[in-house]
Amino acid sequence: MIQAVRDAMDVAMGRDERVVVYGEDVGYFGGVFRATQGLQEKYGRHRCFDAPISESGIVGTAIGMAANGMRPCVEIQFADYMYPAYDQITQEAARIRYRSNADFTCPMVIRMPTGGGIFGGQTHSQSPEALFTHVAGQKVVVPCTPYDAKGLLIAAIEDPDPVIFLEPKRLYNGPFDGHYERPVTGWGKHPDGEVPEGYYTVPLGQAAVRREGREVTILAYGTMVHVALAAAEDTGIDAEVIDLRTLLPYDLEAITASVRKTGRCVILHEATLTSGFGAELAALVAEHCFYHLEAPIRRVAGWDTPYPHAQEWDYFPGPVRVGEALKQTMEA
Amino acid sequence: MTEPLSLHVPEPEVRPGGEPDFSGVKIAPAGEVDRPPVDVDPAEIRDKAFSIIRVLNRGGEAVGPWAGLLSDEDLVEGLRHMMLLRALDARMVIAQRQGKTSFYIQHLGEEAVSTAFRKVLRQGDMNFATYRQAGLLIADDYPLEVMINQIYANSEDPLKGRQLPTLYSVREKGFFTLSGNLATQFPQAVGWAMASAIKGETNIAAGWIGDGSTAESDFHAGLVFASTFKAPVILNVVNNQWAISTFQGIARGGVGTFAARGLGYGIPSLRVDGNDYLAVYAVGQWAAERARRNLGPTLIEYVTYRAGAHSTSDDPSAYRPKEESAAWPLGDPVIRLKAHLIVRGVWSEDRHAQLEAEMRDTVIAAQKAAEANGTMHSDNRPSARDMFEGVYAEMPPHLRRQRQESGV
Repeated sequence: MIQAVRDAMDVAMGRDERVVVYGEDVGYFGGVFRATQGLQEKYGRHRCFDAPISESGIVGTAIGMAANGMRPCVEIQFADYMYPAYDQITQEAARIRYRSNADFTCPMVIRMPTGGGIFGGQTHSQSPEALFTHVAGQKVVVPCTPYDAKGLLIAAIEDPDPVIFLEPKRLYNGPFDGHYERPVTGWGKHPDGEVPEGYYTVPLGQAAVRREGREVTILAYGTMVHVALAAAEDTGIDAEVIDLRTLLPYDLEAITASVRKTGRCVILHEATLTSGFGAELAALVAEHCFYHLEAPIRRVAGWDTPYPHAQEWDYFPGPVRVGEALKQTMEA
Repeated sequence: MTEPLSLHVPEPEVRPGGEPDFSGVKIAPAGEVDRPPVDVDPAEIRDKAFSIIRVLNRGGEAVGPWAGLLSDEDLVEGLRHMMLLRALDARMVIAQRQGKTSFYIQHLGEEAVSTAFRKVLRQGDMNFATYRQAGLLIADDYPLEVMINQIYANSEDPLKGRQLPTLYSVREKGFFTLSGNLATQFPQAVGWAMASAIKGETNIAAGWIGDGSTAESDFHAGLVFASTFKAPVILNVVNNQWAISTFQGIARGGVGTFAARGLGYGIPSLRVDGNDYLAVYAVGQWAAERARRNLGPTLIEYVTYRAGAHSTSDDPSAYRPKEESAAWPLGDPVIRLKAHLIVRGVWSEDRHAQLEAEMRDTVIAAQKAAEANGTMHSDNRPSARDMFEGVYAEMPPHLRRQRQESGV
């Protein structure tokens, strides 16, 4: 998936010279996850460069560039490091269009590796998506396959509004399903590991059905999509797995169509439970599908603790916990 | 034996009830500071961050190496801009008291800074201002009526009632949408300037910040990006002595001046008399030439004094002596330029009184025209439908549902 992300920026930079890419370690070295490897060599230092370690500076300058006709695609090295830029993202980038009545706009992408599963501890594992979905004026995208990562990132770069692009870092090198005890597999043999060359987009705001099923709907995004698929496999429950792909604006039609069909709903995310994006999803399902529900909506999420280091697999909502939730939902 | 530690909390020299005392403010005589070439090595002009560049002396004469840049016509126009801004402020403060708007920010005492600076910029340059630089618009002939439409949030408000009064956005006049959050515009200005350099264009940017918000991390983020990438940007710090009720010593800390902040970044940093129209122009022009010649950023500290309240929600008599502004040693920018024009032989008390009346009438006429479009509390204000528009380029489904639910 990391190659898909890089490929997306390569395609976007090749097609549109307004696209610039920068962030910490992003230039010569190509990023700590190698997402920008080769881009400086190919497009020059003025279009791909290292930034000072200042997230508010990275996003703040990108806002100014966007106002001056560029299409910056900047990297925050880990989503956990975005907090110094939160003011620039939520109070500035997201509001430029609205507050100026489109006198100025802010077409930019802020990429952030997100989520755990790599023993990164508290400061390299967070999933802050709900801190962004709570803000009007920006879009929030979380891909879970290389194909989508490329198509969604190109679409995000072309979008006229700011997009927060959260890349589940545990998926960079393979489709991790939460079975940490099993050998690591790469994207090579996965059907969605196939990434076409050149330009294509995956539209923002549209969910995807990853597994069709009749008994229960699982709403998930990012790494948890793969966990959901594993849990369905492990339990033999015929779950329909909806990959939201874009959290804001969310695809309400896809959500309601599935839940109305199955009558049951389990919501997954890696982020902490309380006030997580799952709460929004649960409210939407309750508001729009209440009379179709045959069981209480259930959420499986990270515990309300900081992301621990040694206890990573006690924290991570893996296929066993998800499987339990599926069984309880089916028995209700 | 070790003495117990104690915390140092700076205090201004005087509080309400005391005698104003600016004896600690060191002011170089006009004309004393030299004018280096714009491609000077920043290390050679570190003294400029501690002195104060001044052109107008106490006798109203323009003296020294920074003088002689502006014609009689330029200066009369400059006086006109400052007086128009002052007249607008006076009327709008009253309009706020009358309930025609919710809030207003005035410039009293600081009119020279933004009006003179505007003249060093060209069409296509961009300001990332704070709420106390409306002189940038006034000096670029932006219609008063449109400004008042925004202040009143009426049916013709170009920002559709979404923004606090005075937080203008005017791309065509090189005026980036104002934020109410402080310091955020500083790295944005640097980014805008970087883009200009990336694209190989010739436009430059100007960032603006107050003395108080130089304490924000965004100020330093702006400086480091400007320094590293040699961005064609002018970084303006307006030191008006007061951040609402907090005196400038709280943000300044142990360093002597705000200009000195730039030295650690290797940015040429100059301190200028902000109440001296000619000095503001001269230093701004020096910095603009540096930026246009790809020599990189310049930091300028304008030493001025906020003679009025912070905003219509503030009462400065609660934290500083009422007489303090009269005692401010750099005087009033309008009176100083007027005195200079009289010394030049192109101005008189009578003409000044006439201009004052003309500016008042101009503002009243614009105000009447704007009031025909409504005020804050009249019926013809921007609609609730406008509230839902423009959050995104295209309204997403969830917002469409909410608009339907709201019944507008």
